[in-house]
Order: sequence, then structure tokens, then C-alpha cells
Amino acid sequence: MLLVLLLASALAIVRARNLFAVVVLSGIYSFIMATQLTVLDAVDVAMTEASVGAGISTVLLLGTLYLTGSEEAAPGHRPVLPLLVAIATAGMLIYGTLGIPVFGDPSGPIHQHVAPRYLQEAVEATGIPNVVTAVLASYRGYDTLGETTVIFTAGIGVILLLGMGRRARYGAQGQGGGMQEYLVLRVIAKLLIPFALLFALYVQFHGDFGPGGGFQAGVILAAGVIFYTIIFGLANAQRLVPPRLVEILVALGVAIYALVGDIGLLLGGNYLDYFVLDRDPVHGQHRGVFWVEAGVCITVAGVMLAIFFAFAGRRRRPDAKS
Amino acid sequence: MTFIAQFNYWVAMALLAIGLYIVIARGNLVKKLVGLAIFQTSVYLLYISAGKIIGGTAPIIAQGLAVYSNPLPHVLILTAIVVGVATLALGLALVVRIKEAYGTIEEDDIHSQDEER
Repeated sequence: MLLVLLLASALAIVRARNLFAVVVLSGIYSFIMATQLTVLDAVDVAMTEASVGAGISTVLLLGTLYLTGSEEAAPGHRPVLPLLVAIATAGMLIYGTLGIPVFGDPSGPIHQHVAPRYLQEAVEATGIPNVVTAVLASYRGYDTLGETTVIFTAGIGVILLLGMGRRARYGAQGQGGGMQEYLVLRVIAKLLIPFALLFALYVQFHGDFGPGGGFQAGVILAAGVIFYTIIFGLANAQRLVPPRLVEILVALGVAIYALVGDIGLLLGGNYLDYFVLDRDPVHGQHRGVFWVEAGVCITVAGVMLAIFFAFAGRRRRPDAKS
Repeated sequence: MTFIAQFNYWVAMALLAIGLYIVIARGNLVKKLVGLAIFQTSVYLLYISAGKIIGGTAPIIAQGLAVYSNPLPHVLILTAIVVGVATLALGLALVVRIKEAYGTIEEDDIHSQDEER
């Protein structure tokens, strides 16, 4: 049923001409997707999709619409060819699904390769019951270092393209901005933001035992600050979290991650080998995973904030339609 | 029951086709990026569906549970989502700069402006 809802919301996105409606629909789509991922046992992924897809993406898209206008022009020609291409692609792929193992079958090849080893050994080797965290931070630490670097690079790219909202001080935003005049919003924001930040820390430090980890915690931390910015204005938020600090956070996280690897090298192990970090190998694993996750969290939070500040600090050009 | 068994995969393929269609057919750059995001989420669904075991549970080891879904796709997709939003942001930043340079984000208008130069 959720899958049907997913299809329906995707089709609604195709049909909608107003981009504002498209963005709201894509938020709904992400939430349905997150629910579906929970049904499929991917709790860590679902948490990420809910906070990233429905939260941060929606805010960024709305920020872009503010700068670029929210009506889509009517198409000049009939989209027959794209429709044929899309249908042909889907047809071929669905034909391909006839040859793959039946959904949910435990004897499929995907469940025979490395997964049983992870599930059996991870707890003893790393002392971390959440296998997703163990694989992410320990077994496949190189991948995660690479992905953190990709996020870092994307953050740098956005800062280069849009600036960090410092050059844009000439606008009307200087005297506070935001939605401070609404009493209800202000009070509720003050009530909710501490809990949002606290929840981010819980997700960060409890990620070894339950769903969560550095990626999700970083996004939730950033979401708390973004919420503050929306209510109290960019100038106030940047007094709280100066752009300089955000820039440092962006680089600091990747540096911590890479340094954990270097320390492993200095102690005589391989790069990103956590067993040598402590006399007891399981403690060493714990220590390594802790710092690696901290690095991921810092970079993700920093990049998300940098991106948001970049969009929020940009002034709308006078010729832009609302 | 084999007819309905692959339904998860079929929905992933249909979403992929919808995303592809938006990316090709629509001229508005923001809409194109939303289409690209749908394309991306269809891949998430495909991977996570492949990792599911009927009767399994989330891969957090606990006593009394024997069957867990495959954790590896979860790890891959988890990072893919965060990388996805970072690239989406980069794309949107480019859209904002294009708007500032051309005054429009419709593909056809941008092409005709380029030809005039």
C-alpha cells in the first residue's frame, strides 16, 4: 500500500506545474519512502531519509524557489519521445526483475556473501550490536571516509558558488528578519530546539546500540540550527553559530576521521585499523568508531549549515518573480 | 504468488522511469533536480528491497532474534542519501547562479539566449 502511495505522489510531482507544490509533494514522497524503508527493516536508512529527504532537501528547495521564482513554464513541445524512452527503460528493467531472486528470499546470493560474516562476527569483534554502524565505521571505514570527503567537497563547492552569506549583508536582513513577530512560533521554537539538539546527541552516542550514527546526528543538529534561523532570522543565527565556526567544522570533521587512521598507522597497525588503538582490541574498536562517528557528525553538520547559510544569505535579485 | 512477489522491484523501476521522464521532458531546472532526486530514491528502494529477508528484523543484534536483514545495503544507501543531498545542494547552487546570470531557469530560454550571443 505504501508503495502505491509512493507511486501516486511521484506521479503528482510530474503533473504539478507550481514548483511550490512540487517541493511540498517531494517532502511527502520522502516521508512515505522513509516509512517504507522502516517496513523493509532499514531503520538507520529510514531515519536518514526522513531527516535529509523530508527535512533538509525541502528547506533547500524552498530556499532556491525564493531566489528563482516558483512557476514552471508550459512545455513548448509534446513530450512523446521522453515518455517512450522512460517506458522502454522501465520495461527492460522490469523484464530484468524476472530473472533475479524472489523478494525476501533468504537463499538469494546477496545473503550468502559477506553479510553472514558481518552478522555473526560483528558483535564479538567490535562490541557494537548495531551491525550497520559496525560495518559503516569499522569494516568499511575507507568507504565512509571517501563519502565524508565527497560531502566536504560538495560543501566547499556550494560555499564557492554562493558565498557564506557574509557578502550579502546589504539586504534588509540586517535587522533580525525571520518570523520573530509571531509569538506562538517563537515560544514553540524555544521549547523544541533544545530537545532537537539533545535528540541529535542521543542519536550520535546511542548509534552503536540503536538506529543512528554520525550522519543522522549531524543532519539533525543542523536541522535544529536551521529551525532557529527560520524563526529568529539569519543575523541572530550567525551570531549564535558564526560562519567562521561553520567553515572550521566542515574541515575539522574530515581531519578527525583521517587522523584516526593516521594514529592507527603510528601505533603499528594498518590505516583505519582500530584494534591497535587500545590494549584491548574491542575497546580499541569502540574508541575508533567513536572518533570516526564524531568526525562524520561534525562534517555533516558543518556542511549542512554551510549550505543553508549560503542559500539563506543570498539576496533575491530585483528582477526575480515571486 | 510469483506475480506479486517482485512488486517492490517493479515500483522501484516505475519510480526510476518517472524520475527519468521528469529529467528529460521538463525544461525547468528545479523540476529536473526533483526528478533526479526521485530517480535516486528509486535506487534506495531497489537496494533495500534486495537486502530484506521475509521474517527478518532490523540488523541490530539482540537476544531471541535469529534472522536479520542484510546490513550491507543499509550502509551503502545510508551514505548515499547524505551524499545525495550534498550533490542536490550543489545543483541548486548552480541553478541559483544560472538564474542570476540569465534571469531564467527554463532550459529553452537559456538555449535561445546562448544562441543570440
